[in-house]
Amino acid sequence: MTAVPRRRMVPAYLATGGRARAGADGFERLTVLFATGAEQPEALTELEAEHRRLWELLRPGALTVVEAAAHLRLPVSATVFLAADLVEAGCLHARAPIPRAQQTDRSLVERLLVGLRTLR
Amino acid sequence: MDSALSGRPPGPGRPDRVGYLPDPEQTLMKLVVAGPFGVGKTTFIRTLSEIPTLHTEEAMTETGAPVDDLAGLPGKSTTTVAVDFGRLTLPGEVVLYMFGTPGQRRFFPLWQDIARGALGALVLADTRRLADSFEIMDMVEEQGLPYAVAVNRFPESPAHPPEVLRAHLDLHPATPLVLCDARERGSSLDALIALTEHVLHGLPPSAPEQS
Repeated sequence: MTAVPRRRMVPAYLATGGRARAGADGFERLTVLFATGAEQPEALTELEAEHRRLWELLRPGALTVVEAAAHLRLPVSATVFLAADLVEAGCLHARAPIPRAQQTDRSLVERLLVGLRTLR
Repeated sequence: MDSALSGRPPGPGRPDRVGYLPDPEQTLMKLVVAGPFGVGKTTFIRTLSEIPTLHTEEAMTETGAPVDDLAGLPGKSTTTVAVDFGRLTLPGEVVLYMFGTPGQRRFFPLWQDIARGALGALVLADTRRLADSFEIMDMVEEQGLPYAVAVNRFPESPAHPPEVLRAHLDLHPATPLVLCDARERGSSLDALIALTEHVLHGLPPSAPEQS
């Protein structure tokens, strides 16, 4: 981690259309985003250029919020707002990092451990 | 280290260089790699990551300054901090994300935000300046995250026996201490395995099946 003294490229208030919104609850860094099947959703024409950039990025495949933020060089918070808009507009799907809610912490950590040992 | 990355296209940005998740139904987990500046967090993540390491720039409001210092000033200052991260897909539909997190107390709110939902933390330390890792160890403990300490072996760093390092770091007897070389894949994997075993030990045993 390094301190970066320069300004970010797109201020968050521009990237999110200049407003705060409530639809972004429940998103986190590892929320998985992927495009819905729609070839060119009509709703996109009414959204900002930043929305289109996010949608274009996700057309070929799924990424987490934090990866999308890094590729678009946007803050995580701004990316969450854009993603929430696109989900609302039917252009994107979002899902939680752990797909099946009934998994216990223990079974998750066991799977991680088995996976790491296999790579070793 | 390079062998782990061979065949991977360098540089993010264009769609053909974006490492998409192969399957949107995978289980995503998070560990944080924490430590003072220059201790090797980014090297560690780069060694294990299957994608070129990425970073986000996070705006931080400095909250640590005493109120008196702000008298007559326009307000709190904002710093931008780059947070590096990487991704490692494991057998069994598991994808592990590793976030390099800032080690200073003044970044505590950002650290809390990144660490939320993490299974554990790997705290990196350098034998030339072990005390620089105390601040992050305190923060990890306050967050209630299980952690292991990995002493990153730099060629010029003095070597000490583990018991001496444990004493200097004032480690709880149950907290794992491993020596690692963050440039080396197997060694870095071993550090993550030690951390994950420790996390598992701290969890309650599986409950019997409910019927």
